[in-house]
Amino acid sequence: MNISPSKIISLLFFIFSGFYLYTAHQIQVFTFDENAAFNAKTFPIYLGYAGLLFSALYIILPETKPSNVDLSVLDYKKTISLVILMILYGLTILRVGYFLSTSIFLVLSYIILGERKWTWIFILSFPFVAIFMYLLHGLLNIYLRDPFLQYIGIMG
Amino acid sequence: MIEGILIGLETALSLKNLMMVMIGCFAGTIIGMLPGLGPMTAIALMIPITYGFEPSTGLILMAGVYYGAVFGGSTSSILINAPGIPRTVATSFDGYPMAQQGKAGKALAIAAYSSFAGGTIAAIFLLIAAPSLSKVSLAFRSPDYFGLMILGLTAVSAFSAKGHFLKAMMMVVLGLMLASVGQDTLSDIPRFTFQNMNLSDGISFVLVVMATFAMSEALTIIFKANDPTRVAKQISLSQLGSIKLDKIETKKMITTIPRSSVLGFIIGVLPGAGSTIASFLAYGMERNFVNDEEKQKFGKGSVNGLAAPETANNAACSGSFVPLLTLGIPGSGTTAVMLGALLGFGIQPGPRLYQTNPEIFWSVIMSMYIGMVILLILNLPLIPYIARVLATPRTFLIPLILFFSVTGIYLMSFNNFDIYLMIGIAVFATILRLYDFPMPPLILAFVLGGLMEENLRRSLLISDGSWSFLWDRPLTIVIMFIIFTIVGWQIYKGFFRKN
Repeated sequence: MNISPSKIISLLFFIFSGFYLYTAHQIQVFTFDENAAFNAKTFPIYLGYAGLLFSALYIILPETKPSNVDLSVLDYKKTISLVILMILYGLTILRVGYFLSTSIFLVLSYIILGERKWTWIFILSFPFVAIFMYLLHGLLNIYLRDPFLQYIGIMG
Repeated sequence: MIEGILIGLETALSLKNLMMVMIGCFAGTIIGMLPGLGPMTAIALMIPITYGFEPSTGLILMAGVYYGAVFGGSTSSILINAPGIPRTVATSFDGYPMAQQGKAGKALAIAAYSSFAGGTIAAIFLLIAAPSLSKVSLAFRSPDYFGLMILGLTAVSAFSAKGHFLKAMMMVVLGLMLASVGQDTLSDIPRFTFQNMNLSDGISFVLVVMATFAMSEALTIIFKANDPTRVAKQISLSQLGSIKLDKIETKKMITTIPRSSVLGFIIGVLPGAGSTIASFLAYGMERNFVNDEEKQKFGKGSVNGLAAPETANNAACSGSFVPLLTLGIPGSGTTAVMLGALLGFGIQPGPRLYQTNPEIFWSVIMSMYIGMVILLILNLPLIPYIARVLATPRTFLIPLILFFSVTGIYLMSFNNFDIYLMIGIAVFATILRLYDFPMPPLILAFVLGGLMEENLRRSLLISDGSWSFLWDRPLTIVIMFIIFTIVGWQIYKGFFRKN
């Protein structure tokens, strides 16, 4: 028996709603508020039940319009590589600084996606980020943390 | 009202704000033109920048981006038959055949003039309707607002899901759940924070919009191995032909524009219906109005067939601002993003906005009109040059979208946690999109979550915990009746009706 991915997602949402409902019941409210008509956990409790209801309906009722996705054509390699690269970008942006981490992120993502025009790869990374930083930091006065540029004395 | 219009004009015509409309229209056209990226992504990418400005300036920039993106979407529909967003699908029916006949310039001009005329007529309607509705909406109470919010969410789910109503409703609940993270507004009790300080202020609206639209759209293009710019590489984007219209074409447009504007505006005001439905209805209506000879041309490059959806589309965009400005309840995903931005500025749209912040109320309305003028006189002649954006390789396009998304969040929080959270939500959103779980209902619910809880709180406290507030007032009964009709119809359509 084949279970459609949409039903699996709905089942996961059902479990998530159950967990949400359980957590909603655990919310600590003030003693004087416990029997009030409305307190901090009232709305989340209703939401938990609504989540259970809609996901259960989707699981039980027949699918009249199933979503057909050909999994064989999906590009897992590039997508996962980009996601990992974004996580690394998030990890380095504060420590290394905005300029270097952003430029390297852009260079690597162009390469991951198959770009090999090196002149454009360069133009749309280091100089592009420098101009963008100048616009934000220099003209619009938006603070950008960059320990690297501060270390080499370019940024104050 | 005249005084208000003058205040609005004064604000919108200041040099700074005029510049913002121009920048917004230009940036919106470029982003909206890229297949797959619609007005919501365009506005989402602009939000972090707007927070550096005054509320009216920020909103004017966003209004410019909105109209620019709508115009840009029509351009890609006409030139490469790639309507990245549903609202420009009807434009491609006759716009693309015209472009294939070597009349791309003409098709773009018809689209631009129709959009301008539709937007102008709708702006006049908005000018008249918004203040009157603001006064009427002062009579609305918490139960009515609560009902209206459910109505908005249900209607958006019904219209945006295209046969996936339950999936859309799950997205509504998920949006409300995400909105419930953080401290309770009244008691400051932490909810769903799991003792993580980064969650105590809740999840940022910009983060959710960026993750579910800009970032997830970029990831979806890569995941599905789509190359939206492939078609653009096969045609000449610099030689689009003349943009001048002859007398017959102008005459045809003159008859089409008024009726499509009225239809578009009315549809736009209705919660959830929006410009997609307006454009399809206008196309269908126009086909019934024209003579048999013209009817044969529909789908093969008809002037009426192109002018009607474009007019209705823009008129609906203006119409969708009516519930946002007068009731504080957005009727579409795009206006939900606008509401989120307004709340970010500390402005609560609604009937009192007209009285408390008249300069914002009127400047937004006036800047819409100025935006349309700018689109017509600046963007139309520049289209052969702007259209080259369509040929930007996705290998450059996608990393730049991801870069702007991460930068947007980084500038707002300087926090790694928010970047990781955004990546996580974007990955989930990409998977959900793949299986037709729509994102606009999630955004609308996320934006409305706090307001909905507040109005439910007031209603339940007034009625001493009883749900009778849902049928105590005639207005609430009417709203609830409409909600049940929509839900009932969707369930009947989805599960019981054959074909």
